Amino acid sequence: MSVTAIGTYSHESHDGAARFSAPLIYIAWDEHMIFAAPVVLPLSLDTTIEQLQKKVLPQLYGQHPDFARIDWSRVQWFRGSTMFTPKMDGTLASQGFGHKSVLRLRTPGLEGLRGSCG
Amino acid sequence: MDKRVEKKKLDIAKRYAAMTNDLHWETSYQPMEKVYPFARYEGIRVHDWDKWSDPFHMTTDVWWHQQGEKERRLYAVMDAFAQNNGQIGVSDARYINAIKLIVQTFSPLKYTLHRAFANAARNLPGDALRIATQFQAAEELRHSQHEQHAASIYNKYFNGLHETPRWYEQAWYLAPAKSFAEDAASAGPFELLVAISFSFDSLLSDALFVPYMSSAAHNGDLSLVPASFSAHSDTVRHKALGIEAVKFLLQQDPLNVATVQRWVDKWFWRSFRLMPLVAVLQDYMVPKRVYSFAESWNEFVEAPVNALFAELASYGLKKPAGWEQACDAKNHLSHQTWNAFYGYGDALAFHTWVPGAEELEWLDRKYPEIFDHWYRPRLTHYAQLEAAGQRFHNHALPMQCQVCQQPMIFTEMGSPRWIAYRETQHDGQHFHFCSDSCETIFSNEPDKYVQSRLPSHEILHAHRGDKLEDALRSSIAAMGVVIGQDNGSFDGSVDQKNFEEWGGGQDMKEAQL
Repeated sequence: MSVTAIGTYSHESHDGAARFSAPLIYIAWDEHMIFAAPVVLPLSLDTTIEQLQKKVLPQLYGQHPDFARIDWSRVQWFRGSTMFTPKMDGTLASQGFGHKSVLRLRTPGLEGLRGSCG
Repeated sequence: MDKRVEKKKLDIAKRYAAMTNDLHWETSYQPMEKVYPFARYEGIRVHDWDKWSDPFHMTTDVWWHQQGEKERRLYAVMDAFAQNNGQIGVSDARYINAIKLIVQTFSPLKYTLHRAFANAARNLPGDALRIATQFQAAEELRHSQHEQHAASIYNKYFNGLHETPRWYEQAWYLAPAKSFAEDAASAGPFELLVAISFSFDSLLSDALFVPYMSSAAHNGDLSLVPASFSAHSDTVRHKALGIEAVKFLLQQDPLNVATVQRWVDKWFWRSFRLMPLVAVLQDYMVPKRVYSFAESWNEFVEAPVNALFAELASYGLKKPAGWEQACDAKNHLSHQTWNAFYGYGDALAFHTWVPGAEELEWLDRKYPEIFDHWYRPRLTHYAQLEAAGQRFHNHALPMQCQVCQQPMIFTEMGSPRWIAYRETQHDGQHFHFCSDSCETIFSNEPDKYVQSRLPSHEILHAHRGDKLEDALRSSIAAMGVVIGQDNGSFDGSVDQKNFEEWGGGQDMKEAQL
């Protein structure tokens, strides 16, 4: 039994995809922790990486002084802990993302405020 | 019916026996398991309840008498504080934010624990444990009430205290406390005992009480000091009770050891995940500081826990699984938590600020290995933005751990560079955790934690396509927090302005000169 209980007990997840307007995607910019935690957004899986880069990420991270310095050709993209090479016009779905996937980007050479990862 | 006591004075052991033993009897026309339906399902085996007695031999009349005395002293001090306008004498109005955080988190948490212990007192099959847990139920309730009474004088004069129970139910940053208490309250009675009396009270409560009492006294808060003292004297008893109860369970059956170890692993970690709230109080929120969080961790947790587990090793119990991670994180907790609070400063019900120059030096002295490199640049950056009139705000909803419900702000052991991510699949869905220990807790009982109501997700359940930017702030406003008045920057706040107009903090300033 997957819970210590007095009788049979099972419960569906409170956070199945059907309960949200769009699948949830967690997004993080590694080594930039003035954004204290990764964030969660409802995001259509038809969103392309390019749309994400041009529309979503600037809203989330544009206020960091490092953001304008990002060399997008050198960005490393991660799905969870797995690095992948994105097709810029490929959708999130086509690159393996689903409800509650984590997308992390790492920007080598940019390590936050004075190298503090802040 | 009261039991007739034969002689006027019995010695303490006889008295205890006379006053308690008849509380237990074997049933005749109903099976015992129907009277104690929760006694066995957790897998704890107890063969002889007579082997355990309350180490304090506390009986209800003694308890009543002691608590009555304490109550009289406590309310005498609190009344005197109120009559003398004590709120004006605290070190600085920033200090009140420490009280807000305590009353928003720990007071309602203790209220839930009161209910949990009342339930355990009904359902534990041993009479001595039933009595002890009944006392703890009453005491958790008292502590919750005392703190709220002690804070009520501040509620007359300061913002951020007016609807604390409602915020506890709903606010994102209070979810770790609420989920902790509800996890304990929905566990079986033996797990509750190991969770609270042992793991929280015995291992970690001194790191909450002792430094906080010193800080409160040092900052002129003579309203919360006596409340904390009174509570601490009970908690000392809960600690001893927790240790004795755990030893008893370990001795009763070798098969209990694995179960108790699993609970200790779980509840040490869940209790540790409340420590960020304590750490920011000590390192960032009290204007006149006493101990750093790391210092109090060393003194009140690390040393005593090492000593305790050296003793418990002979019972087969090992230190909790997350121990090394916790001892590493003690240096980072307060900085990472204050960073999150500051960034989400308009989605709280208290004020935030950037520490002043002297405070930054203090932090550097207390955390010489790490502060300058990892944490000072963030604070300097925030200060520069404030000076330019552009306070930093983080508006996106934070990802939260499925188990402890903290935002995912904690870094890997040994590396403040990387946020720790753990992930598992259950029933075709991803679940995310802040740590190995939280992942293990989930994996042991996934059906319990798939039900977590993570505040960010709750907000998104209701969300249908409008702007998300202000979702967290709006959720706080919807629960009665007045944006910009109950929260936001301390500088320029109504609290700050009023306190200055009342001539607040003068005594402290003169004392410093």
